[in-house]
Amino acid sequence: MKAAILGATKGMGRSLARLMVERGDQLVLLGREPVELQRSAADLQARGGAGSRVHHFRCDLAEPETFAPALDDAEAALKGLDAVIITAGLFATQDELEADARLNQSVLTVDFTNTVLFCEEARKRLLARGGGTLCVFSSVAGDRGRKPVVLYGAAKAGLSAYLEGLDHRFRSKGLKTVCVKPGFVRTAMTEHLKAPPIASEPDEVAPVILEGLDRGTPIVYAPPIWRWVMTAVKSLPRFAMRRVGF
Amino acid sequence: MMKKAEPTLHGWGRVKAPGREVRVDDLSRAPDAPLSRGLGRSYGDSSLPPPNGTAINTVRADRLLKFDEITGALRAEAGLALHELNRITLPRGWFTPVTPGTHFVTLGGMVAADVHGKNHHVAGTIGAHLSRLLVKVADGRRVECGPDLERDLFRATVGGMGLTGHILEVELSLTRVPSPWVLQETERVPDIDVFMSKLKDAAARWPMTVGWIDCLSSGKNLGRGIVFRGRWAEPHEAPPYLPPPPMRVPWPKLEAPSWALNRLTVGAFNAGIFYSHPNRVKTQVVDTYRWIYPLDAITNWNMMYGPRGFTQYQCVLPDEAGPQAARRFLELLTSRGGAMSFLCIIKDCGPEGVGLLSFPKKGISIALDLPVRDDTQALVDALNEHVIKEGGRVYLAKDRFTRPEHYRAMEPRLDAFMRIRKQWDPSLKFRSAQSIRLLGDPA
Ligand SMILES: Cc1cc2nc3c(=O)[nH]c(=O)nc-3n(C[C@H](O)[C@H](O)[C@H](O)COP(=O)(O)OP(=O)(O)OC[C@H]3O[C@@H](n4cnc5c(N)ncnc54)[C@H](O)[C@@H]3O)c2cc1C
Ligand SMILES: NC(=O)c1ccc[n+]([C@@H]2O[C@H](COP(=O)([O-])OP(=O)(O)OC[C@H]3O[C@@H](n4cnc5c(N)ncnc54)[C@H](OP(=O)(O)O)[C@@H]3O)[C@@H](O)[C@H]2O)c1
Repeated sequence: MKAAILGATKGMGRSLARLMVERGDQLVLLGREPVELQRSAADLQARGGAGSRVHHFRCDLAEPETFAPALDDAEAALKGLDAVIITAGLFATQDELEADARLNQSVLTVDFTNTVLFCEEARKRLLARGGGTLCVFSSVAGDRGRKPVVLYGAAKAGLSAYLEGLDHRFRSKGLKTVCVKPGFVRTAMTEHLKAPPIASEPDEVAPVILEGLDRGTPIVYAPPIWRWVMTAVKSLPRFAMRRVGF
Repeated sequence: MMKKAEPTLHGWGRVKAPGREVRVDDLSRAPDAPLSRGLGRSYGDSSLPPPNGTAINTVRADRLLKFDEITGALRAEAGLALHELNRITLPRGWFTPVTPGTHFVTLGGMVAADVHGKNHHVAGTIGAHLSRLLVKVADGRRVECGPDLERDLFRATVGGMGLTGHILEVELSLTRVPSPWVLQETERVPDIDVFMSKLKDAAARWPMTVGWIDCLSSGKNLGRGIVFRGRWAEPHEAPPYLPPPPMRVPWPKLEAPSWALNRLTVGAFNAGIFYSHPNRVKTQVVDTYRWIYPLDAITNWNMMYGPRGFTQYQCVLPDEAGPQAARRFLELLTSRGGAMSFLCIIKDCGPEGVGLLSFPKKGISIALDLPVRDDTQALVDALNEHVIKEGGRVYLAKDRFTRPEHYRAMEPRLDAFMRIRKQWDPSLKFRSAQSIRLLGDPA
């Protein structure tokens, strides 16, 4: 598989990219920090073994003007493109977002508007090649409006809705859209949060995500148990949701 | 969501202390902290920050930065776990030049403890195979050091238990192996004197040697056990496939009740192991992982020792103490009722390494796991007093109970270490629970 991945320098993106190079996929890394990109590319090359070459190009989810050139570069370096993966995203707690309007604006913009804009650029390129897979990290936080994730959750809910629409509209044309909904995964993003008992490590969820990517599964809960957790949460009546803390 | 409240930390021995850890992706930009910490496989308090402090956990800084498959030269971030490194390099014919008995350790932890393995008598400690370390020192600078560069910092960092700064990157040379399998020879040994001579003989011919001793044996059986000799299997001796990835049977995440370990259960276990080995030399080609990391097959086995946890006592008795030193040590142990120990490992060591506080020296190393009980402090004191008389010393990576005056008496190199440490860190910014206990650092 030839894939461009935005956000492979850390967390779940790093774990996923490692699985992919080790099975022989060709990757291009996109991201905002050249040094981080270069170190992650070195890591993936060492794991991929003799002859593996991982290119990287600058692309900042906060700067939409970087999207088109980065994807063009990726496509040229790979001489093709089968999948585009976006794990990059921003997180802040509800308290932080309520207290800081600028931070709130950047989380809402990066996680919704800019992610959608990036997906549109990717979608066009994949469709022009006759199809492919667009794999985007949303969140279980988008499944229902909840007290601790009102704002972040709203951006992810919008993203999930967009991804579902995209899948309905273009699957028949060969574009598969995979919406990944991680549960609580221990990464830099969640380091300062209290981990629930079912928290996972990135290396544990990466195989689940890769399977979803390969199959073109429209919604991938990672780990899968979160499908049942969220089904339960979605079925709670409003008066109950108003009382509980999660 | 609430702030994470993590009031206590513990080493592998599960003796808890107040403090917390924070995992960091980019070690060079980590918040100021007195200590780095890897996978927490040191038994005692060496990986614990000063009371209520915060340690940087390095496990997310785990990228390979360079791996030259022609020369075996490797550079990686310090949080890279050895099991991951082995998984990547062993199928390509390369292996870490030195490995401890568990692969759930980080490169940073291996360097900071200057670990040794079954091949110590030929390969020395990990310090002998390092070409460069990148260390973030007290003034915030990132300093490259190595055997031929900033040599003082290098010698104090190798085996320095994190007290010179945060190791960010590690560069070392891997060893070529003819196959990913090991050819082992095992033999039952009736007592400690035969043990000593068997280990010595083996050292001359085998690159990997170690012994398991039944610690509850006494009288004419004192020091009976099994000696293990090994070398890498040649391609024609080895199966034509890779050893299967290590299976892990989880010990339930439950502490065993404190009565589970007693003379009867441990004695039965030890005798079982001893007698299940046939009374002749057994030769077989074995899976590398199972040979080097037998304990890693059971996750959380450290919970077996119950709520009070356990410690490991590991000392080295120098050659100058004579061939009877190991016997004297075991006699002292039995005179105190024997150690309730499943695990008593004996290994002959080669010469001292470059690290200023590096543990091994020419002689014999004995390691025993001890459940923590009311008399543990007294037992460790007695063993330490004995070891001082013999000219030996203890291993900081295992220690939780040694008294500062005993450590000082064992460690003539301490002054040299402290001098260099203070050159780089005059205000002793880098400290651990262990350095406060043993070296008199401010809390
Ligand atoms: C089952 C078992 C078998 C073992 N067998 C052996 C053996 O055969 N030989 C042997 O030598 N040891 C052995 N050990 C001990 C183990 O190898 C060491 O304790 C090693 O240091 C553990 O590595 P870690 O990553 O878990 O480090 P931790 O336990 O987290 O830390 C150990 C020390 O290293 C320091 N440190 C860790 N990372 C850094 C860093 N990036 N920068 C600066 N300082 C750092 C810490 O401050 C601490 O002082 C064994 C341990 C177990 C549990
Ligand atoms: N962790 C969880 O529990 C959890 C739960 C639900 C959903 N998610 C979602 O899953 C995705 C991945 O999360 P993670 O936990 O793996 O995150 P992470 O460890 O924090 O990694 C985030 C990645 O995104 C990149 N990135 C961040 N901002 C960027 C920007 N403006 N431009 C380009 N790249 C940027 C980072 O690159 P740098 O190296 O430059 O920082 C990094 O590679 C996110 O979309 C997140 O919202 C996570």
